[in-house]
Amino acid sequence: MKIAIIDYGMGNIHSVSKAIELCGAKPIVTNKKSQLNSCEKIVLPGVGAFDDAVTELEKLGLIFAIREQIKNKKPFLGICLGLQLLFETSQEAKNKEGLGLLKGQVSKFSVKSGQKVPHMGWNNLEDILANCPLLSGISVKEQVYFCHSYYPEPVEKDIIAATSDYGVKFACVLAKDNIYGVQFHPEKSQKVGLKIIKNFVELC
Amino acid sequence: MLSKRIIPCLDIKDGRVVKGVKFLGLRDAGDPVSVAKAYDAQGADELVFLDITASIENRKTLVALVEKIAQNIFMPFTVGGGISEIEDIRNILNAGAEKVSLNTQAVKFPELISSAAKRFGSQCIVVAIDAKKQGDFWEVFINGGRTPTGIDALIWAEKAARLGAGEILLTSMDYDGTKDGYDLKLTKAITAKVNIPVIASGGAGKLEDFYNVFTQAGADAALAASLFHYNKFSVKQVKEYLSQRGISVRL
Repeated sequence: MKIAIIDYGMGNIHSVSKAIELCGAKPIVTNKKSQLNSCEKIVLPGVGAFDDAVTELEKLGLIFAIREQIKNKKPFLGICLGLQLLFETSQEAKNKEGLGLLKGQVSKFSVKSGQKVPHMGWNNLEDILANCPLLSGISVKEQVYFCHSYYPEPVEKDIIAATSDYGVKFACVLAKDNIYGVQFHPEKSQKVGLKIIKNFVELC
Repeated sequence: MLSKRIIPCLDIKDGRVVKGVKFLGLRDAGDPVSVAKAYDAQGADELVFLDITASIENRKTLVALVEKIAQNIFMPFTVGGGISEIEDIRNILNAGAEKVSLNTQAVKFPELISSAAKRFGSQCIVVAIDAKKQGDFWEVFINGGRTPTGIDALIWAEKAARLGAGEILLTSMDYDGTKDGYDLKLTKAITAKVNIPVIASGGAGKLEDFYNVFTQAGADAALAASLFHYNKFSVKQVKEYLSQRGISVRL
């Protein structure tokens, strides 16, 4: 199975690529529409600022291509910023809109909640949705690695497949039809993260 | 609940680990990937790699090394040492590091912090502060602790956070290498001043030192080098001890 990893100059593709390989699929690192088309699944990683990411995707002509692939029911995994980009807007970006494939916005953690920002380190997965293929075999005791200041606030609550608690309870795994998104870094979450990537490769 | 982090630190020179890591059974103690894998197996929460050559010729070696590490371990790591430009930061992050650590250049050109944070997000910009007690304040030193700056570490930490640093890696030059425990006063003063995570560094020698820096000084993570490299305690031992004493750690 070929899985496209979209390379738009925003962050780590090496760990994601290697993890996919370890899970038995063939990673194709690409920024070409044609290759998105020929792969069976797509991963959108991302580190950086929301507006810069949108600008890079626009430059590469990938906004429409990603929307089209998702509408055509191709399994899609957004990681961290790659998840946030699926939403309509972000508090991080004043002049850029996201892909708008998920309703809602991306908000910043408030220091008023008494927590330090960024949310950095290993935190628990909670409220795991029982039948979510991405989280098959993952239990609420498991911890995953977070490194972010912004978090998704989906309008559709039934797409929340897991939460985490950092002063506020926030959605950290989303699943809607063929769209999957994780706010943490599975490619940096050791065994638990690899299991999640394996689930995406095999079950989603 | 967010866990407290235990972070081994490795010094890298010309792509090799220096200050030999004395793990039993490690075939090549100078190979950063082997060492990283060993710490991965012990359950380290993150790793820090400090490039102590840090010359321009070595940038490419470092980026190649970061790629190799990212392809072999699936845990977060920070890379620091001699990073002076946005381009360096981009290359290291794209090669697979979770965060970069800025020190001397950030003191000399604080706008490096703000431009990096704007471009890549605060969450991947660590500002490393080497501080030493001078009379009634802690002074910031740069160039690997060789050059005093006259800057008050508390004021600098606050400024770095305001400019967009996402984390502070705080090393006490007074306690580093003493094994007398972390500098609780310094660490507490900094954690009280900023609202970003603080990694305490320098002085770990006993299990209790980790407990104290979390409970008495408000640190979010504790870094150690020789204690782990010489296998006085494994990361796992430290975390099991902390867990028994009621500290939230990832086991």
